[in-house]
Amino acid sequence: MKFLCLICAEKVMEQMPEADAERHFEDYREFTAAIRKSGHFIGCNRLLPPPTATTVRVRQGKVSTTDGPYAETKEQLGGYYLIEARDLDEAVQVAAKIPGAWIGCVEVRPIAEDEQTLQALGFAAPDTPR
Amino acid sequence: MSEDQAARARATAEAVYRAESRRVFATLVRLLGDFDLAEEALHDAFRAALEQWPRDGVPANPRAWLVSAGRFKAIDGIRRRARFVAIDDVAEQVDAIADDTPAWDGEGIEDDRLRLVFTCCHPALSPDAQVALTLREVCGLTTEEIAQAFLSAAPTLAQRIVRAKAKIRDARIPYQVPTPAELPERLDSVLRVVYLVFNEGYSASSGESLTRVDLSSEAIRLGRLLVELLPEPEAIGLLALMLLQESRRAARTSPAGELILLADQDRSLWNRDQIAEGAVLVERALASRRFGPYTLQAAIAAVHAEAASADATDWSEIVGLYDVLLRAEPSPVVELNRAVAVAMRDGPAAGLELVDAILARGDLQDYRLAHAARADLCRRLGETAQARASYQRALVLTRQGPERRFLERRLAELADLKHHASRRGQ
Repeated sequence: MKFLCLICAEKVMEQMPEADAERHFEDYREFTAAIRKSGHFIGCNRLLPPPTATTVRVRQGKVSTTDGPYAETKEQLGGYYLIEARDLDEAVQVAAKIPGAWIGCVEVRPIAEDEQTLQALGFAAPDTPR
Repeated sequence: MSEDQAARARATAEAVYRAESRRVFATLVRLLGDFDLAEEALHDAFRAALEQWPRDGVPANPRAWLVSAGRFKAIDGIRRRARFVAIDDVAEQVDAIADDTPAWDGEGIEDDRLRLVFTCCHPALSPDAQVALTLREVCGLTTEEIAQAFLSAAPTLAQRIVRAKAKIRDARIPYQVPTPAELPERLDSVLRVVYLVFNEGYSASSGESLTRVDLSSEAIRLGRLLVELLPEPEAIGLLALMLLQESRRAARTSPAGELILLADQDRSLWNRDQIAEGAVLVERALASRRFGPYTLQAAIAAVHAEAASADATDWSEIVGLYDVLLRAEPSPVVELNRAVAVAMRDGPAAGLELVDAILARGDLQDYRLAHAARADLCRRLGETAQARASYQRALVLTRQGPERRFLERRLAELADLKHHASRRGQ
């Protein structure tokens, strides 16, 4: 089963003192190498800081954009890992090793893999009429 | 089969249901991988038992028969519903269930009950949901009974249980006993749920609602189950703590439902069997040398239980145990309890000094028992005005009928005292 681990923290790399950021990068290098090896890894990315965010809405066909993330919270999304795990306990074990969990938090969300979703997202062929 | 035998078979089926239904349910959850499917299969299996046992006789192993029947009924049900869903899914689901090693040899059935406990108390579920789910699925209480016990609306509670079961299924919370590495944290979560259930039944036992399910005895039953399945020191310590507290139940309130403090209780009303059992369990937990806060609290309760009166209590021993407890689990409430024990050992002035220091830190400003304790110490020191102020503060903070009436009585006694004192002074 797939889980998305969303990393949330008050500071992203760009907002940290250089020495701290350097160490944090190194921690991520080690963690990512480890889960590639253990087979949990599917994908990951780091996001640029929240001030670079733009929020888009479409209402009555009209596109509106606003500056900044959609939610004003102290802890902001900074990156994610997509992992494969047997169950929630295993996913939590992996998430607990994400360096971001030590300074911020990690939200673990199961990925929807029902037939309708897989078809909608083009991961499965549409139903053939029976 | 005669009429008589048939009636006996029916009675057996009903007795087996009362004694075994949660065990059978726990195994069916493992075999079917779903709480709702297991609940349905359980009921189908008992319906079949009520039909077949009076006709064909009670099977040699009723529990195994029920597991087997429940599994068969579930497969049958999935096949019947097959008309509405894709054939592949059904085949897969049926295979998954049928592939499992048969469970009717009874082996591993105790593990299933433990799996059920750990899943219901999984920390990924909200604390409220853990309590509700444990009472529903492990203890077998109805949603209405749980709602009544917690004074909440049945629909709210039902929804909480439905949501928790959906999370177990969708986020794939595993149906397993944690690994040794995870065990300490996970066991904490289970023990916390059990103690919460106990306290809800113990401290709210005002007898104002007659239909209320006795949560304390459910918690003790859960505690026994844990000790039987997983005799970890803290599980033993918690069972001891609950038994020792429960032993005082009859003495804690007057026939009119008024609160009676430990020092004033009629100790002949204490339940000696529960005390004896609790004391043995405390010794067992302490001997492990891996004990924690529950065992220490139980050890304190055991010292009280063994004393003939409040004055005859070994207060030095109690202060010493509180010292260890504070190191294991620092908390202002434990500090407060320790201060009260110090007052019993060294006199009220020594206790008051400690209580005032805790209150000055601001930690327990809104905790009614801190003000009630301070009031009592001031009263014993003859500081009537200060005692009155603290009783009044406690009165504002309390939400419990018997507690409020107790504080009001104490305030009235203070007024009498003042009256007498001024008369003497004339």
